[in-house]
Amino acid sequence: KKNADPQRTAFLLHKQWTLYSVTPLYRFSDAHLKDYTRLLSAFVAAEKQKGLAVEIGVELDIKVAFSSLPDLQGSDQDQAAILVQLFLRSSASKNNSGEKLLWSGWFCSVSGEDFSENKPEGFTCLPLFLTNGAESYTAIVGSWFQKTFDCYFRRLAISPLNLSWMAAMWTGCKVDKTVPALELVFSVPRLPQPLDISYAIHPEDAKALWDTVQKTPGEVTQEEVDVFMDCLYSHFHRHFKIHLSAAKLVKVSTAIASAHCDGIIKFLQSQYLTGVLMLLTELAVSQIQ
Amino acid sequence: MQRRESSKTKQIRQVLHENQTDLSAYLKRTTEPGKHVQNNQSSHGQTNDSLQDSLEHALSYFEKIQGSVSLKKSSILQKHLTTVESIALQRGLPPEAFGVLLKVSLSGRLADTVNTRLLKSLIPALVIPEASVVLAISLLCVGKCSGNVQVLFLRWLITVFDFLDRKKEIHALYGFFFSFLQDDKMCPFVCHLLYLITRKENVKPFRVRRLLDLQSKMGMQPHLQALLSLYRLYCPELVTIVLPGNRKAFFKNPEGPWKAAINAIKQSKQENSPVPLPLSLGMAQPRSRKRKWNTQLTIPATSANQVNFKENRGKCFGLSSTNETFPVEQLKTFSQLLRNIHRLEFPSQMGSVLTNPLLLHYINCMKDESVHLRLYYWMGHILQEECSWYVADKQQHEEFKDFLETVYRSECFLQEGFSSCEEFLYKSLPVWDGFCCRSQILRLVSWIPLNSFSEMKSHVYDPLAQLFFTSSLYFKCSVIESLKELLQNWLIWHASHLESELDPPVHSLNTTLCGLVDKVAELVHFVGWISTIGLHMEDNSSFFLYFILDFYETVCDMYLLHNLPLLILPPAGVFYPALLSMDSVNLNQLCYIMYRYRTNLVAAKENEQSKKKILQFKFSSQTYQEYNQYITAMVGCLWTSSAFQKDTHPQGLGMDDELLKTTTVQEYKHSFNIVHHPAMMGYAVLFVKQAWPDDKTFNFSLIKGKKWNWYLEYLYAQGLNGLKVFIESSVSRVSQASHSKA
Repeated sequence: KKNADPQRTAFLLHKQWTLYSVTPLYRFSDAHLKDYTRLLSAFVAAEKQKGLAVEIGVELDIKVAFSSLPDLQGSDQDQAAILVQLFLRSSASKNNSGEKLLWSGWFCSVSGEDFSENKPEGFTCLPLFLTNGAESYTAIVGSWFQKTFDCYFRRLAISPLNLSWMAAMWTGCKVDKTVPALELVFSVPRLPQPLDISYAIHPEDAKALWDTVQKTPGEVTQEEVDVFMDCLYSHFHRHFKIHLSAAKLVKVSTAIASAHCDGIIKFLQSQYLTGVLMLLTELAVSQIQ
Repeated sequence: MQRRESSKTKQIRQVLHENQTDLSAYLKRTTEPGKHVQNNQSSHGQTNDSLQDSLEHALSYFEKIQGSVSLKKSSILQKHLTTVESIALQRGLPPEAFGVLLKVSLSGRLADTVNTRLLKSLIPALVIPEASVVLAISLLCVGKCSGNVQVLFLRWLITVFDFLDRKKEIHALYGFFFSFLQDDKMCPFVCHLLYLITRKENVKPFRVRRLLDLQSKMGMQPHLQALLSLYRLYCPELVTIVLPGNRKAFFKNPEGPWKAAINAIKQSKQENSPVPLPLSLGMAQPRSRKRKWNTQLTIPATSANQVNFKENRGKCFGLSSTNETFPVEQLKTFSQLLRNIHRLEFPSQMGSVLTNPLLLHYINCMKDESVHLRLYYWMGHILQEECSWYVADKQQHEEFKDFLETVYRSECFLQEGFSSCEEFLYKSLPVWDGFCCRSQILRLVSWIPLNSFSEMKSHVYDPLAQLFFTSSLYFKCSVIESLKELLQNWLIWHASHLESELDPPVHSLNTTLCGLVDKVAELVHFVGWISTIGLHMEDNSSFFLYFILDFYETVCDMYLLHNLPLLILPPAGVFYPALLSMDSVNLNQLCYIMYRYRTNLVAAKENEQSKKKILQFKFSSQTYQEYNQYITAMVGCLWTSSAFQKDTHPQGLGMDDELLKTTTVQEYKHSFNIVHHPAMMGYAVLFVKQAWPDDKTFNFSLIKGKKWNWYLEYLYAQGLNGLKVFIESSVSRVSQASHSKA
């Protein structure tokens, strides 16, 4: 937080991350990341060719890298985030560093100290896990973590209620550059064919609306979020005679980030990265408890 | 192999059958039970001694045999070979025979047919000296015998491995065995043998590499997989392997011709064969179907922590010898658990303890908070993920049912409920349809802990009551039964924690005695309430009443049996239906319960009088009063025929004489005494029949005076023990009086 370098987390932006909640890791330690690298890379190889034994420590087709991301901490009590990456070593370009990123995933906890306190020794709380890449690799890496650290992964869906919070909160955030529109996507239930309604609002209009709704800057209440969304709904109804409140909010896109109810997120602004992660950590913790 | 084995036994049976006609053989078998006789020659009157002699002759012959002797030409060889074979099959060979016979059969001096026959007859009677096997291995290294004989020898060694008197030197020969791996024919059997003798110190990087080379040469071979998995078990930092889920066995059955013979000899000695350790490497349970990652309901297999970094920090994965932990995969027996309890480590996935009773024992005696937390997260995860009540998938439903069953069994084993399971019940009972996984859910209810802070009424009682009133009789009975179990579990928990009063954290805020008493009282009142309404709804079904009274059998003894200062009488809505029940079982049960209430109340009164000051709890006079009302009604009903006059309970039987007269029932006063009570009348009829066989009028009024006492004796003899203890305790004086009156 203090000396966060946006450069070091820039690679997390503009990618789709699938969200998971993770129960506390048992006997995990940052001091052993090197050993984990060796074990996980052999495990990935063994999983890929089920039934064949793999020697640990030799160079394999898929390279595993563990690293720590100290920039993603909300407070000093937070555990440093852990990044896991899988690279494909292409045999042709072995000499000229021909490594292709296959999959990445990271564990983090931003301001999750309420959850991590009072845990007995040996538990590491990194309740939020985000992945980018093929699900088969997520399954392999996830199983290894589950087997090794006795933890459990679960997809983290985002409820429409939480999506509307995100829409309101992120609309209120200041961004320097020119801002894309606030876009809300709704799906209409119980129709023979799926019907999605996309509702885009000019960012300045949305910001102006939110500013009239929000009473105390820096503080958001459920009531304010409801008023904000109701205003948007009634505006839409005036034009199209459709009650959006009867549809399900499935996706929110703002200048800060975009979030889908299936538990997929894309970060767009590095200055708000920890803020978004704080909210997601909270959601992950509530799913575990 | 299986087929060959059975044909062998068939053969033996046939031989036996043929011998059945031979009187001497038959006699011999009956005097020496179980001795299997191979051929007629040896059975003809040969005694033990002469058998012994001929074996000695044969052995000394084989010891001295020189050069190549042809079986066809040498009748002496034929004779001795047959002797060895028949004795081996009959009773097994003595330890001293193995050195001689192994030496001759592996030295390549005789033809392979003879070697094979000799090896096949190496059936141990007791033990096999290790030295003889070491000698055999050195001959194997010389390589004079054919490949077939080598393989046969290895198969033999694997089969009889547990008969070796010692294994120290065999272990020392690990490297020799390992070198045999290069022989393609022997490789599967060498792997099996290595699997039997590998220890942690044998697992070395160069051996791992060698096995991996073999793997790349031969591809995926089950025997290599097994050995490599064992290596991974000992040294997870050197090698790893993921076994395909569908593998059932790693090794082909090597038992060959020996196993059947060994078993036959064992049986003839009437020994209990020690259960062989099954080879299991914690193979993944076969997954029934493909689902999204991490949504399968699988209880993880027991496996050790992959790498314990704490132990060898600084060192490069050193082979620490003394502080070595015992791999949980190898934990198979209780005695192993006892021997290794100090160096046992929990499995890497705590959920696996549910299917491992030995580990459940272990966690029972470990006071480690992390164990419970790990279990809590895992179980919470599964229960949340899988709890979809209206799943259409039948198989998924079955799996969930089995899982709940496993959880319940573990709770019974640990005598303790899991907190994640408790939370699951609180969350799901309000939305439960009362049908899905019914018996599992209701059984889990019985393990909700007494010391939990949660509100039982809103979480458990209210949703259960809703289902109770809208469901079948059977469901009602199940609910009452599981609440009885719940009460019993609470009482046992309370009694055992009372004994270990020294444990101060137990009686924290909410679990003070007062809190416990209130919680138990709440449960008993709840059951009283639903029982009253339930009996109305079910027309006082005696089946249902049985479950309710069963519950009260626990309630009436809470004070004496479980040291809980609480007694609650059943509500009138339960008491009167039981008293007027049509079924003698219910009535008898009620009598027993009232007798126990009396015993408890008397004990409480005595305690109160003897040590007034220490008692913080006292039964209210209302309890005594209520009891007295009930007892008056019961005695009036069953004994003094004065129920209608004396019952003062507002919901009781007290009735105006005028009103009773309008019923036009004659002798209404007697209607519910032990002769006329609808539940007892059957006994009365039988008694009258026996006492006055000629009387066809069933004149019950004959049962009085001395006959009344006889009738009582008759009832007691019919197993109405509840009635007996009740009458003896509550109406003994009256009985004396009536007796003297008569």
